Amino acid sequence: MELSLLNAFIAVFIAIAFVGANAAYLVWWERKGAGFFQRRPGPTENGPWGLLQPPLDGIKLMTKQLLIPGGVDKAIFMVAPVLAMFPALVSFVTIPFSSSIQAHTIEVGVLLIFAFAALGSMSLLVAGWSSRNKYAMISSIRAVSQTVAYEIPLLITTITVVLIAGSLELSEIAAAQMGGIWNWYIWPFQKSAGFNIFMPISFMIMFICSVAETNRAPFDLGEAESELVAGFHTEYSSMGFGLFFMGEYANIVIGACLITILFLGGWACPFGDLGFFPFTHHVGWFLLKLYLIIFVFVWIRWTFPRTTIYGLLNLSWQYMIPLSLFNLLLTAALIKVFA
Amino acid sequence: MSAELVLSGVLFFGLVVLLPLIMLATAFLGPRAQSAAKNEPYESGIKPMVGRADQKFSVKFYLLAILFLIFDIETVFMLPWAVSLRELGLSGFIEMSVFILLLFTGLIYVLSKGVLNWR
Amino acid sequence: MNQMDLIELQPDETFVLNVGPQHPATHGVLRVKMTMDGEYIYDAETVLGYIHRMHEKMAENRTYAQYMPNMGRLDYLSAMAFNHGYALVVERACGIEVPERAEYIRVLTVELNRISSHLVWLGAFVLDLGGFTPLMYCFDDREYILDLLESITGSRLTYCYFRFGGLYNDIDEPFIEGTRRFVKRMYKELKMYAKLVTGNIILMKRLRGHGIIDQNMCQRYGATGPVARGSGINYDVRRNEPYSVYPELDFDIPVDDGCDSYARYLVRMEEMVQSLRIIEQILAKLPEGPINPAKKPKIIKPPPGDYYAAVETARGNFGIRLVSDGGKNAYRLKLRSPTYSNMHLFDEACRGMLIADALAFMGSLDLVIPEMDR
Repeated sequence: MELSLLNAFIAVFIAIAFVGANAAYLVWWERKGAGFFQRRPGPTENGPWGLLQPPLDGIKLMTKQLLIPGGVDKAIFMVAPVLAMFPALVSFVTIPFSSSIQAHTIEVGVLLIFAFAALGSMSLLVAGWSSRNKYAMISSIRAVSQTVAYEIPLLITTITVVLIAGSLELSEIAAAQMGGIWNWYIWPFQKSAGFNIFMPISFMIMFICSVAETNRAPFDLGEAESELVAGFHTEYSSMGFGLFFMGEYANIVIGACLITILFLGGWACPFGDLGFFPFTHHVGWFLLKLYLIIFVFVWIRWTFPRTTIYGLLNLSWQYMIPLSLFNLLLTAALIKVFA
Repeated sequence: MSAELVLSGVLFFGLVVLLPLIMLATAFLGPRAQSAAKNEPYESGIKPMVGRADQKFSVKFYLLAILFLIFDIETVFMLPWAVSLRELGLSGFIEMSVFILLLFTGLIYVLSKGVLNWR
Repeated sequence: MNQMDLIELQPDETFVLNVGPQHPATHGVLRVKMTMDGEYIYDAETVLGYIHRMHEKMAENRTYAQYMPNMGRLDYLSAMAFNHGYALVVERACGIEVPERAEYIRVLTVELNRISSHLVWLGAFVLDLGGFTPLMYCFDDREYILDLLESITGSRLTYCYFRFGGLYNDIDEPFIEGTRRFVKRMYKELKMYAKLVTGNIILMKRLRGHGIIDQNMCQRYGATGPVARGSGINYDVRRNEPYSVYPELDFDIPVDDGCDSYARYLVRMEEMVQSLRIIEQILAKLPEGPINPAKKPKIIKPPPGDYYAAVETARGNFGIRLVSDGGKNAYRLKLRSPTYSNMHLFDEACRGMLIADALAFMGSLDLVIPEMDR
């Protein structure tokens, strides 16, 4: 009893530290990436390659005034940023980084992540509403209708994978894809998926939905700065803004982790079980895939202009949802036929 | 036992202690200057005129919200089915197919009704 | 075009949203009072006056030469063309002849400035649409032009390069070499922009069929420049009321009758190519000779009368009407700046649009606030 409590706290502490470090250094990674795509060096001044930038940014944000404008709903206004950061922290507990590194094995890990993702979109709504600011109001309505619209295809696609793996537990889904790159669910003609040809499309739906769920460009309508200034966090200053910012990046990591586990085999080595090689099925592979996906997120953000809210919702309701529903049904039928 | 333990640990540590602590730290570390202009809600440098931000807001997304509720609840039904599809046999598959097709028809009906007609 | 009838109006649920003066989309201190119905614009009213500096009044108590620097402060992006317009009207008034070499150099610098202005527009426009990267590329390219023009004019943005009858400074060999290198580079860069921006599916979806202004509307509001040419009106001062050495140069006036934001975008992109063509021709046939007239009055005192000159700036028709009473200062100087007319389209055209489309439309008008609010 005593030991398990200690273990739990250590695991939780590590998860929080990982999220914090990731959220902070993804900002650096994003700025370096932006610099790379825009023919400029990015942050260079603080530390080697600007590596000290994130902690210094944190200190700066901490020592700024936390301004509460007149007329806002104070309690809710203060709770919203905490609510934005918190679900990301909790979700990390369920993510398996390798067969042995997982804060806690939860049988319904997938469900838990989705439940807390919904809580995250709640924070946007609450922030926009309590700000008493017209930009924030419009933005929060947009952000919520967007996350809501993309949650459905995301969930249905995840169900498709759950169908193939036969488990809601993330570590089991990843374990089902061991044994080489050809066993990953991203490829068509998987035996376990009943030779479904549409698996790459599932992956694309999952990827696009993750970008939309995390409110990132080209789907960053909630904080479309040319229309709504800063969107739902217009009125937030100092660490209130900082927590929204960190929460956003933490959510990106969650999204990329989900994609890695559901479609790219988690910690699976792409060359199969090599036996003699010490790093087959290692957490290193997981992190490599994770940061590759995040790099693609950064790449997309600095390449595309923003869509509009109607284009975005139409994409989800007219294409993503019917397509993912069709794919789910097809996969189920194929599994029934072949397995 | 331990699953609840971990979660409550995170809840306690994350929600109740750490994050509010960060927010509180800024309140102590940062300046505390106040002025009338500073406390105004931001609206491009102009005092907000007609309409408060918490007024009744013409939301075009209302129907979408209802749609979402329907779909989200129905997808939750699919989760247990997806886990146990292999054990359910043919009838389980057919029942769910009917369900999904119904959902699909509903979606087509809603779309044809013009929920997504923006202009 | 007018989508008002499609929107169910609920007047008690509209609210007024101020976009500007401190808003990222207005690129300056323009204020647009938008009466919104949800995300749709029910009514819009542009409010000017936040950066009014009384340029016209200043002309009445400064000598003609002293007023020249003001021309760089109107449209800070294509200051050279404004220099040209003012020099033209004073030269017409006093009957000063401009040497041929000076004329060619004038057109050369104006066209370089036009490209730099369009580059800023392109970057800022795509930034309005939410794409940040093209802005950096555009400013990178623009930097070359600014360096070139700095080497001959001494300033990077608010040029005061033209003199009555000639120029402040002759161009040198490094400038010509640099311009040749720039032209070569710019053709490559334009190809890159075509790949990165023009063909982008999101961009096309956001611009095609949005922000429609028809010919009639352009004529009613007096819109000129790429805005009018994007609506199929083939009007360019360089061709219709030729001045300087433009008649001797071979270039096309790009016209697109798409009437939407995408048409205006294409017209401006093509204009950059045409400006490059003009620059190439000038570099090929730049005559030798003086850059200032041999005989020029010491004090500029135009004979009493009413004079007018117009030039094509990057944004359209810039006209100056000068009324002289024979004194050292102008009796009245009226500036007709292009975006002032172009902007007023916005109020009417944006009704019924979604706010995102309206701001993309505003970006396609290429507004420079200090120029309309002079």
